[in-house]
This record gives sequence, structure tokens and C-alpha cells, in this order.
Amino acid sequence: MALLIFPTFLFSQDKIEGVVMEANSENQNIGLPGANVYWLNSNVGAVTDIDGRFALSYKPEYKKLVISYVGFKTDTITIIEPKTVRHWLEPTDNLDAVTVKSRRQATAKSYLKATNTFTVSSDELLKAACCNLSESFETNPSIDVNFADAVTGTRQIKMLGLTTPYILIATENIPSIRGASQAFGLSFIPGTWVESIQITKGAGSVVNGYESIAGQINAELVKPSTDNKLFLNIYGASSERMELNTHINTKVSSKWDTGLYLHGNTHNKTHDVNHDGFLDMPKYNQVNIMNRWQYTNAEKGLVSFINLKFLNDEKQAGELNFNPETDKLTTNAWGSEIDTRRYEVSAKFGYVNPEVPYQSLGVQGAYSNHRQDSYFGLNQYNIEHNSVYSNAIYNSIISDSRHKIKTGISYTYDHYNELIDAENLAPKYERTETSVGAFFEYNYDNLEKLNVTAGIRMDNHNLLGTFITPRVHARYTPWEKSALRASFGRGKRSANIFTENQQMFSTSRTINIQNSNGNIYGLNPEIAWNYGLSFLQGFNLFGRKADVTIDYYKTDFKNQVVVDYENPLEVNFYNLKGKSFANSFQTELNYSALEGFDLRLAYKYYEVKTQYNSGELDKPLVPKHRLFANVSYETKRLASEQGQWKFDATFNWLSKQRFSSTVSNPIEYQLPEYTPTLATLNAQITKVFTSKFEVYLGGENITNVRQSNPILSSQDPFGPNFDTTFVYGPIFGSLYYAGLRFKLK
Amino acid sequence: MKNIIMITMLLIGSVTIAQNKNAKASLEVDGVCGMCKTRIEKASLNTKGVKSAVWNVETHELRLIYDERKTTIETIQSKVLAAGHDTEDLKATDEAYATVHPCCRYRDLEVKADHEP
Repeated sequence: MALLIFPTFLFSQDKIEGVVMEANSENQNIGLPGANVYWLNSNVGAVTDIDGRFALSYKPEYKKLVISYVGFKTDTITIIEPKTVRHWLEPTDNLDAVTVKSRRQATAKSYLKATNTFTVSSDELLKAACCNLSESFETNPSIDVNFADAVTGTRQIKMLGLTTPYILIATENIPSIRGASQAFGLSFIPGTWVESIQITKGAGSVVNGYESIAGQINAELVKPSTDNKLFLNIYGASSERMELNTHINTKVSSKWDTGLYLHGNTHNKTHDVNHDGFLDMPKYNQVNIMNRWQYTNAEKGLVSFINLKFLNDEKQAGELNFNPETDKLTTNAWGSEIDTRRYEVSAKFGYVNPEVPYQSLGVQGAYSNHRQDSYFGLNQYNIEHNSVYSNAIYNSIISDSRHKIKTGISYTYDHYNELIDAENLAPKYERTETSVGAFFEYNYDNLEKLNVTAGIRMDNHNLLGTFITPRVHARYTPWEKSALRASFGRGKRSANIFTENQQMFSTSRTINIQNSNGNIYGLNPEIAWNYGLSFLQGFNLFGRKADVTIDYYKTDFKNQVVVDYENPLEVNFYNLKGKSFANSFQTELNYSALEGFDLRLAYKYYEVKTQYNSGELDKPLVPKHRLFANVSYETKRLASEQGQWKFDATFNWLSKQRFSSTVSNPIEYQLPEYTPTLATLNAQITKVFTSKFEVYLGGENITNVRQSNPILSSQDPFGPNFDTTFVYGPIFGSLYYAGLRFKLK
Repeated sequence: MKNIIMITMLLIGSVTIAQNKNAKASLEVDGVCGMCKTRIEKASLNTKGVKSAVWNVETHELRLIYDERKTTIETIQSKVLAAGHDTEDLKATDEAYATVHPCCRYRDLEVKADHEP
């Protein structure tokens, strides 16, 4: 009886034999020599021989046999009886076998970094199909996009309540939107060229310079070795704006790749929906060409990029009946032309020591020539800016990889030549800025709870003097899925008052610079400290991923070049006397409510105040409250050749914004103290047919909200009260667009 | 004469065992998740002389760069074992294994299955 019940005991052996093989699609028996086989929770193990065979002692209490080999998935098999084991191990590099279930979020927040950085991937960029960098932030609550003026249609971005000059905007870590390109530079980077964007709130790293105050934005461009072999994007909008983007990438040799990127956009239709006699948006043509060369040598640890860029942009704005041939700089009709030409060469060189991968050296260099010739009514403004940027960074560790250091030196040269024809201003402003600096950044990461980055740089600048820029960021994780961050840092910059505020030329205001015997237009440089606190908590809500962020930032100006519009007949520039600060509070919720369905809600509160000559006032055209909602849904896509739908909608609500004072104007040219509130809605649908081809259709400002009279005194553009800077909302109303993307891998 | 031989031998010895400041080695270490990764890497880096330790959750490979004058691969391995993680040829003690977080119990089949992609 006992014999029948426990037959295994009868035949039980003290040994188990078997063979471990490599899994393969043909099911061939390929023995795996050197694999480890052992009994779980025991010290009994063996290594397979040259044919993959093994023998192990066996005891009935051994139930689980673990088979492992580097490069293969470790398997544990349950052994009920000591039969011969035949087991196939799956290689881990067998990528087809790996199914990624968790969908990558389009905007990823880091739980680990010390800086408050989030990365906007190309998926997110596609949510707003259009068209250049300034428009790609519309689905992002941390960045505000507004119109700069009623004439040029330029969009301006703000972060922490501060405009672009206070944000360091770089392409591939080379500061690129600065100086003369400040006003229009964002529209000079086509959206399809951008691979991802990293947005850092707060002062940021010291590596890229001392100028950033509110934050840093870095755009990584597509790379010849990884971008599509061929990419084509055609876009057309109901306003008759047309865009074309082409990328061609080829492998030249085993180490060299090259890409040619062409962008063209054109808009030549006359629109005047508000019947004020002015174009609602300028007519323009832009040609933008980039050629990239990429060198990769993995064995030697070398990577290099060489970029050549050329841009030609022409804009025409003003009255409908303005003809540049006959009316330029006359009072026949008010008109404006802005012609920009920019050449840029940049190169990056990186070396990673293949022996010790934590040691690396990076060298960056860039030269650009930027020339803008423009006039606005009777005002003329021309600027030529030659710029050289160079930076060398050495990365290494102190004792072990938890203590990382970055150190290096930088040199910059900027030459500005501005020719101006406007009342009260000198005809020519010319200056050269040079700076030499050295920086050191230390990062401590204990791999778990704490990550601290502390950086300091010292610069010697011919006009700003010798100064120190400290910046510190820290992240602490008090419990799971959370990150508490704090930062502080200093920034200093010279304000390019004309180019940064060139919308003032499209007014009848007199421009005054109140000299404080400084080095830059008679003004002293801007200095600010930025302090930030941020808390991120991830959690599960009804079994789905969610996260909530709360952050508070304070920018405190020690010195500022105040731009004062409070007298409606003047623009006054002067150095700050008193307080100027920008406080920003933001809370944001991200929730993946259903498979493929993401929700993002945000609320923002701003308090941006400056001591003007007429008193401490809210900065004009900054809403105190902002609400933001973005929903996106995409259908499941099982295979790459299968189709897919994507839906996306963004809602924005802005509270009332203060108009700069107009009380001293004649009654017909007075504006209320505040703008009305504003709500806008954008939506887009994308149909992916295959991985090669997709089309999209979208609408901007679907509810057709308009600011009815954006231009003050539009009937009398050469009169004393003409002003185009009181813009708080869309001028054109709703706009629909469609486009297609075609790509070959 | 004896002394000379001794010195010569010592010299030869020190030449032949010329120790590498940036020695590289790999260990196979069992584990299942990001928490294990932190624990394994921390244990390695807490060994004096280890400069870099990167563990791959998929391949179970722990790549090390260490100063041979200050430590040995055996010392590092013992630290990893003490942290509760089995290596290719040695198993962590039950006491050490018991210290790992319950969700990291890589010897447990259910835990393992939970971490399968």
C-alpha cells in the first residue's frame, strides 16, 4: 500500500540530471555551457558543462531549481520528481519577447533629479501640431504663451510670471535665444526639428552661464543617426498659412551621419476680422535650413555634432492698404516690415573615457550672425548681433559615483550694433560684451532619499564686472513616490532694452532712458535671486497612475531694468528703485484615468509686482489666476502597421489682467483698468494610418474668442495715442488647420 | 645574498601584481526591481575603493569599477551578500535575505512573477 501511495520515494534518486539550452526560434538543441543551476534556498549548485549538461544532488525538500546565466532570463522551475530536466533559457536581449505595458508619459517628471526638470517628449510636441517652438508650449501649464503685440503676431512665453529674457533658452545646451534673437527667436526653431524639450524651473545649473533667472529651457534637436531617413510634414491652416518641413538623413560612413532639414512657411493672405483697418496677423515668408553632421565612435567614446544653420524671415504688418514700395516710412499708411537673416555654426565634441565611463569631456562652440532690419511706422530699428559662445565641461567623480563633479570654463563674445531712428533716441548704439568664466558643480546622490546639486561660477565680464553666481538644488524623498525639492540661485544679465521690447516701436510713445550711469544704455545690469520649493507625489487612484505637484517660486530682483508703460505717451526705462518680485504658485494633477486616457489639470497664481515711478503696481498683462486642463486619449495600437486615433484638447482660463494706465489719455483712448477674463479651447485629432503615415486636423481657439479692438487709436496711427501693445487675447478668432506627416525609417 | 633575493622577489612581486586603479569586473547578482538596484549598488559603493557600480535589472549583471589597491572583488561580493543579494556562486545568508523589503524577495516565485514584464 505504502509502496503504491509513495511511488516516487521508491524510485527517488539522490541525483537529478538535465541539460540547459539556449532558446531559439528553430527549437534546436543548443546547449548552454557555464549556466548556473542550483536549488533555491540551499548551497547546492552546479555549473553546466560544455554541452549544457549538469548533475545535482537531490533531496525531496528541494522543490525549486534556479537556472541562470548572464544575458539570459533567470528561470526557476518547480521539480516534483527527479526526472531529467530539459530547459530552454530565454536570452534577455531578445527584444521581441519584451512587451512594454506601461505607456511612456508624454511629459515626464523626474522623481530623482535635484532640479525641478520635466521633459517634454516628441509625443507631447505633436499634441499641438504647429509649428515652431513658441507654439509647442501650449499644452504645458508651466509655461504661458501670449501675444507680444497686435502687429507682429509674435508669441511670447512666460515662466514663473517672467518673460523670455529671464529664461535661458538653449538648443542642445548652447544658449541660442538671446540678444538680438530674443524677440522672434522661438519662431525660428521649427517644431519638427525638436526631439524633446527639458524645462527646468528655478535658477538651473551653472554650467550654461549666469543669465538664467526664472528657469531654463533646452531643446534637443533631432539627430541624424536616430531621426527618420525621410520625414515630410505639410501643414495648411484656414488663415492660408502653409508650412513645409522636410528631413533627409543618411549614413555617410560607419561613423558619420548627416541630415538636411528644410523648413518653409508662408502666409500672404489679408485678414481683418475686427475691421480696424489693420492686418490681424502679419504676412510672412520664412526659409530655415539646417545641416547636421554627427560623428560617433563608440569604441573610442567619441561623439561629435557639427551644425550649420541659415534663416531668412520676412514679415509685413500694418494697415491693409499699406504698400511697402510706396508707403515705407511715410504717413501715407502705417506699416511695418521686419527682415531677419541669421547664420549660425555650432559644434559639439564629447569624449567619454571607455575605461571609466564616469569621466567625460565636452566642448561646445557656436558662432552666429543675426541681423534684423525693420521699421514700424516712422520708427526704424536695425540690429546686428555677432555672437561667440564656447564652453568646456569635464565630468568626473570624487571617490565614487555618488559624488559627481562637473567643472569647466567658458568664454562668450557679443557685439551689438543698433541703428535707430526714433524720437529721443541716439541714432546708434554699439557695444561689445565679453566674458570669461569658470564653474564647478558638485552633485551628491545617495541613490535613495537625497540628491543635492551645488554649483558656483565666477565670471569676469567687461561690462558686468567680476561676479559669483551660486546655485543650489536639492531633492529629498520623504516616502515612496514623492520628491520634495528646494532651490535657490542667482542670475545676472544685461538687458537688451530695444530688441527685447521692440513692440514699443509700434506705438507713438516717446522712449526715454533714465540714465543711471551704467555700462549698458546707461543702465545697470539686472540681478535677481530665485527661490523655489516643490513637492511631487505619485499615487494610484482607482488602480491607475496619478501624480500631483505643488510648487512655489519667488524671484526677487535686486536690480532690474524697469520697463514702464504707465504714462500712455511714453515708455520709460530705468533701474529699479525699491522692490520688484514675481511670486508664482502652481498646483498640477496628472491622471491616467483609463488605458490611453490622460488628464492634466493645473491652477496657477501669480503675483508679479514692481516699484514703478508711479508706485508699486502689478506687472501689466499678467493674470493673477490661470486654470488649465488638457485631456488626451489614444486608441490602442497593437502592431506598428495598425492604425490609431489620437484626440487632444486643451482649455485655458485667465483671470483679469491689468492694463498699464491710460487715465491721462483723452476719454476715447482710455481703457478700463482690467481686461476681461479669457477662456480658450484648442483641440486636435490625429489619425495614424501606419507607422509611416498620419494626418491631423485641429482647431485653435474653437470658441472664437476675440479681443475686438487690440489697437488703440487705429484710425489715427500717426496720432499721439496710437498703441498696439494692449493685447491680452486672440485677435484673429478661431483657426482650423490640417496636415500630414510621412516618415521612412 | 638572501636579502637581495628577497628584495628582488618583492620587486618582481610588486611589478607582477601591479594593481589597477580602475579595475573592471562583473558579478551576477540576483534581484528583481529598482529597489534591489539601489540596495545592490549602494552596498557595492559602500565598499571603500569602489568607484562605480551599475546593476542591470534585466541581465542581473553588476558592473564594477574599483581600485584594486583598496579592495577586492571578494570584498565587494561579500558586501552584496551581506545586503541580502545572491551572487552567481554564493548565496546570501537567510538573515541577510530576510532584511530585504518583502516586495524584493527575489527567491520567491510569486514576487518574481510580479516583476516579469
